Amino acid sequence: MDGAQAQLIARAQADIEARTGAQRGLLRFITCGSVDDGKSTLIGRLLYDSKLILDDHLAALERDSRRHGTTGEDLDLALLVDGLEAERQQGITIDVAYRFFTTNRRSFIVADTPGHEQYTRNMATGASNADLAVILIDARKGLLTQTKRHSYICSLLGVRHVVLAVNKIDLVGYDQAVFDQIISDYTAFAKDLGFASVTPIPLSARHGDNVTWRSEHTPWYEGPTLVGHLETIDVVSDAAAKPFRFPVQWVNRPNLDFRGVSGTVVSGTIRPGDRVTVAESGRETTVSRIVTYDGDLAEAVAGDAVTLTLADEVDIARGDLLAPPTARPVVADQFAAHVIWMGDEPLLPGRPYLMRIGTRYVPVKVTALKHRIDVDTLEHLAGRTLALNEIGVCNLSSSSAVAFDPYAENRETGAFILIDRYTNATVGAGMIDFGLHRAANIHRQALLVSRVERERLNGHMPAVLWFTGLTGSGKSTIANLVERALHDRGVRTFLLDGDNVRHGLNRDLGFSDAERVENIRRVGEVAKLFVEAGTIVLCSFISPFRAERRMVRELFEGGEFVEVFVDTPIEDCIKRDPKGLYAKALDGQIANFTGVSSPYEAPEHAEIVLETKSLSPEAAAARIVAELEASGRI
Amino acid sequence: MSTAPAPLPNARRGLSDHLKRLESESIEIMREVAAAFDNPVMLYSIGKDSGVMLHLAAKAFYPSKPPFPLLHVDTTWKFADMIRHRDTVAERYGVNLIVHVNEEGLAKGINPISSGSSLHTQVMKTEGLKQALDKYGFDAAFGGARRDEEKSRAKERIFSFRSAGHVWDPRNQRPELWRLYNTRVNKGETIRVFPLSNWTELDIWEYTRAEGIPVVPLYFAAPRPVVSRDGLLIMRDDDRMSLLPGETEETRWVRFRSLGCYPLSAAVESRADTLDDIIDEMRASRSSEREGRLIDTDESASMEKKKREGYF
Repeated sequence: MDGAQAQLIARAQADIEARTGAQRGLLRFITCGSVDDGKSTLIGRLLYDSKLILDDHLAALERDSRRHGTTGEDLDLALLVDGLEAERQQGITIDVAYRFFTTNRRSFIVADTPGHEQYTRNMATGASNADLAVILIDARKGLLTQTKRHSYICSLLGVRHVVLAVNKIDLVGYDQAVFDQIISDYTAFAKDLGFASVTPIPLSARHGDNVTWRSEHTPWYEGPTLVGHLETIDVVSDAAAKPFRFPVQWVNRPNLDFRGVSGTVVSGTIRPGDRVTVAESGRETTVSRIVTYDGDLAEAVAGDAVTLTLADEVDIARGDLLAPPTARPVVADQFAAHVIWMGDEPLLPGRPYLMRIGTRYVPVKVTALKHRIDVDTLEHLAGRTLALNEIGVCNLSSSSAVAFDPYAENRETGAFILIDRYTNATVGAGMIDFGLHRAANIHRQALLVSRVERERLNGHMPAVLWFTGLTGSGKSTIANLVERALHDRGVRTFLLDGDNVRHGLNRDLGFSDAERVENIRRVGEVAKLFVEAGTIVLCSFISPFRAERRMVRELFEGGEFVEVFVDTPIEDCIKRDPKGLYAKALDGQIANFTGVSSPYEAPEHAEIVLETKSLSPEAAAARIVAELEASGRI
Repeated sequence: MSTAPAPLPNARRGLSDHLKRLESESIEIMREVAAAFDNPVMLYSIGKDSGVMLHLAAKAFYPSKPPFPLLHVDTTWKFADMIRHRDTVAERYGVNLIVHVNEEGLAKGINPISSGSSLHTQVMKTEGLKQALDKYGFDAAFGGARRDEEKSRAKERIFSFRSAGHVWDPRNQRPELWRLYNTRVNKGETIRVFPLSNWTELDIWEYTRAEGIPVVPLYFAAPRPVVSRDGLLIMRDDDRMSLLPGETEETRWVRFRSLGCYPLSAAVESRADTLDDIIDEMRASRSSEREGRLIDTDESASMEKKKREGYF
């Protein structure tokens, strides 16, 4: 067979493959770099070169180029991918956009991620699902702070392959020395980032040099074109070679004869007859069938969405993680993780968040922020909170044990997101480093006197009366009257007052948001001890944040926690000002004063609301006592 | 819940790795919604994307039936062929079909011809959709939109959050990392879910062919009576649309790349009357499928505007 024949056959084969799409795989990559490096132009170029810019889009592009473009008479390819109106006007990309193109060899999903500093969270979002990152560098500027930041985030998110796209090479006269200098700078910076491959390519997105076609201007460059590299790089995921992991999504029960668990195999392989264990409970069973619409399978591998039936009636629900008994994940309720903060409000240690890991939601708290990371220098910084776009290393504690693998071992089972419990916004992304086993060695001591016995001796049930409201609203006055009344009827009581507690137990705490959270957490734990002792405990605390009041509420059984909102308008509190504090706060002498320079979040579902405008303290106290009687607590 | 009907008989086996990955991802998204929401619904527009979405739903829950109904927001101006297809397909997959018409809009005489495409779409589609979502209290709605369709879609989340009143704020969307979708909503808030986000038009057709999914015959070329209006070929599907002075109907070989209300859906001249031909034609094509959609042409940001108003 001569060369021409071989070429003909190869072309025919490629044509058949293209027509059937039989062998086409998928590569997901992100483009990142700094503002003005030309990311959007590069993606526009990839779409343009792969003939995916269709005539009607092109007509719109010509119109838009005249109106918003920055390239004079040329088509501004960046306008193809900058989707939202606001972005077009500002000339920056502010959100992750997904783009698609297909060559005969591969299909591509491109996440166009923004380079503007305040949108780091979008970069992390794009990187979380990427096999490869194209990091753009402006040949004229070399490595910038943003380049380093984005490389670090890619490394942190586990992206293993990097293309260093040295763009605008035309603007430095296609100078090899510039290119070589950038490579050597980057190599020095990235040596500890753990990338499996770094491929530098000199290119011009605007003119197309070395994007799809080899450039005649860079004869000194012998490596692949960008598209050539993307089409051929081997990023075959090793997910199939890892231990089997199957987060249960949905229990499939069409009738009494069939019960299966549906989900996606996130790593490893499973066959009928394999033993599996429910990681959280340790119960074991055997896989009977792998059921799909297209018939039963002999094997399912990482990436397959299937339904498993099991040999035994074991208790399995959404959120459980199935794994082989011989290669189980870690099960722990305390662990260390890298957290990227994405919320507008800062992360507060001690505040409860909802964690989603696998298919499970579980309440968690950050128990310690060990350090923040300066993503430019990778130095460790001290800190009490994480602000938007900051990255830190934290210890977390979940309300029940969760199953996971360290992120470095398994991206699918080591990642989590954090959700704000009120707005339900996604406020953080985390990657678990390892489990902390301290709690595993501290077991609860069983007590010989039970709670019921204490209640019998006291003659009443315990409760927490949680008074919340502004300074000067009358919380402490009413709480004192209630305690007096209860004490007089022989009820065991104790009053925890915000000001008093700050003289002792909490004297090390100030008034920043983080310290207010810790203040309330400690008081909640103390109140719980009193409740266990059978006491009715009255807590009088401004407690301005809903999240913390909810955190305390969740320490108690249903009915034990009674939230009392002392609802006094701020104008009245300022008028009363029993301790002269508002005068000082309004004068600027006290920082972080609730109602003046720090917010108060009124309760939405308080058990008792006392509108003090129309209610005397005595009448308010009588109403609380009446409610306790009505609920049978006293 | 009862058992689903048997799989389609005419499926051709053998999906590419790429299509298998897309299929699994879509199935995972659908199961997530079924598990996390109280009252989901699948928007069914009768087009090729809806057809793939419904087929994936049958796969996702097998041997159960999809645990949600289909909702078709009928503008009363769909092609008659589409309505026939809708009813047979719903029966074929054994799912409950809800059809909703904006009766207020109908009473006001809103129609695509004299009211204009933009008002008609706003009232009969967008408002009609919101009415139906509110009427049945759906807290999650699947749509067949794909990110490759249009620029403002490229930034859409798979789980797209809507605040009370169905408002979409592009600046207030949740970051989506890994496969960890945030399915939490407060009362009154809803989620629109796009399980086909990562599919392209080519993927849709290749999958339709590989799986033998039934599609509306209008996608295939045939001799059809059309009238040329504003440079577009419109098929008069019934006599509600009258000919303007000087217009004549002529029979041409045409097909539709995208189906909607018949006065707003332009045909393209084509001889592609099999799936193989359609796929070949599409690979050679130089225009996007939405070109024939009259609602998109006003200005290039019009899709974003419609989305803010609550359009899918």
